[in-house]
Amino acid sequence: MTSDQETLSAIVMTLLRAIAPELEPDTLNPARPLRSQVDLDSMDWLNFLVSLHERFGVVIPEADVARLVSFNDVLDYLAGSSG
Amino acid sequence: MIEFKLPSLGADMTKGKLLAWHVQPGDRVKRGQVVAVVDTSKAAIDVEIWNDGVVQELLVPVGDTVPVGTVLATLRALGNASADATAKMAEKAPTKVATPVAVPAAPERQQDMRQAIAAAMSRSKREIPHYYLAETFPMQVAMDWLQQRNVGLPITKRLLPAVLLLKAVAVALQRTPALNGLYVDGQFHPGAAVHTGVAISLRSGGLVAPAIHDVQSKSLEQLMHDLSDLVRRARAGSLRSSEISDPTITVTNLGDQAIEAVFGVIYPPQVALVGFGGIVTRPWVVGGTVCAQPVLCATLAADHRVSDGHQGALFLAELRDLLQQPQTLAEGLP
Repeated sequence: MTSDQETLSAIVMTLLRAIAPELEPDTLNPARPLRSQVDLDSMDWLNFLVSLHERFGVVIPEADVARLVSFNDVLDYLAGSSG
Repeated sequence: MIEFKLPSLGADMTKGKLLAWHVQPGDRVKRGQVVAVVDTSKAAIDVEIWNDGVVQELLVPVGDTVPVGTVLATLRALGNASADATAKMAEKAPTKVATPVAVPAAPERQQDMRQAIAAAMSRSKREIPHYYLAETFPMQVAMDWLQQRNVGLPITKRLLPAVLLLKAVAVALQRTPALNGLYVDGQFHPGAAVHTGVAISLRSGGLVAPAIHDVQSKSLEQLMHDLSDLVRRARAGSLRSSEISDPTITVTNLGDQAIEAVFGVIYPPQVALVGFGGIVTRPWVVGGTVCAQPVLCATLAADHRVSDGHQGALFLAELRDLLQQPQTLAEGLP
């Protein structure tokens, strides 16, 4: 991982832990579905997406939400939006 | 003279510990204003006062634990023009209060909360003869409508299916008032409005079900804002006493877990609990043919002292019909 990717990963993890403070970053498998590993209901998930929007300025239209399944999907989406 | 008594903030609450006063003698207070913070076994609750007046005397000091019903403070009613003019409005944040006693540490709080839930749920099953009904609703129309509505909206304005369900429940209850209200001392008191308790799980374990007020007359945007704010404050432990004591019905599990149906336990003194399972794609018959459609299993637990299966069935039928016409639920009432 490049240092930019590391920074992005760290920031997103911080945003995620703001909603799920009990999450241990080391235990999260970034390739597997996020919501099956972290206890996030629909309100939590929406709040997480809103925090991504506020931090990175990404729009995340309704059609894109379904693509955000794993932690890596989120990172790729954010990297793609700024590229 | 008006007595401000410690209200009951839950079916299981018998006493509370005064954590902080937000007013002092001589302050003018308005109905609905938060005047004190009380620790119940579940959370620190901001307690609102139900009268306009001027605070005369604070009778219970910070740190004391007292039974529900204890007079915490006395107030003078408004009506003496010159005295009212000199009494200043209490500031929102206290300028000078006694150091609040720390809330219990997390493990102790969790145990207290577990005991409180145990007491309330045991009481419910002891006292309330529950009956249960279930029905599966087709949800294609509702989900399509929501998706259409959300297209083009910024993520901060997105509507969750949960608010559609909450609104539909509140409107459907107007047809079956025997499901909305409180059963106290052998008598049912129908609610003048629908204040829906929303079951919210806390990350530390435990459950609260505080109310969104007047759900029947709010727009979906307003409900989304209110729900999101309520969940945030419930998890942060800063709920208001009216949110704890006012629910006239409770709704649980708004479709997030992938369970089929939930048959819940009514929170006394309410007389019904509506449950929603996950919105899942299943085979469904439309026009004589089987197709795949999102469906939802709605359940009703209700108090057989107050209503019968027939009313329960009418409620679920009305709920189903409302969810087939989601556009009728969008707006608030003036």
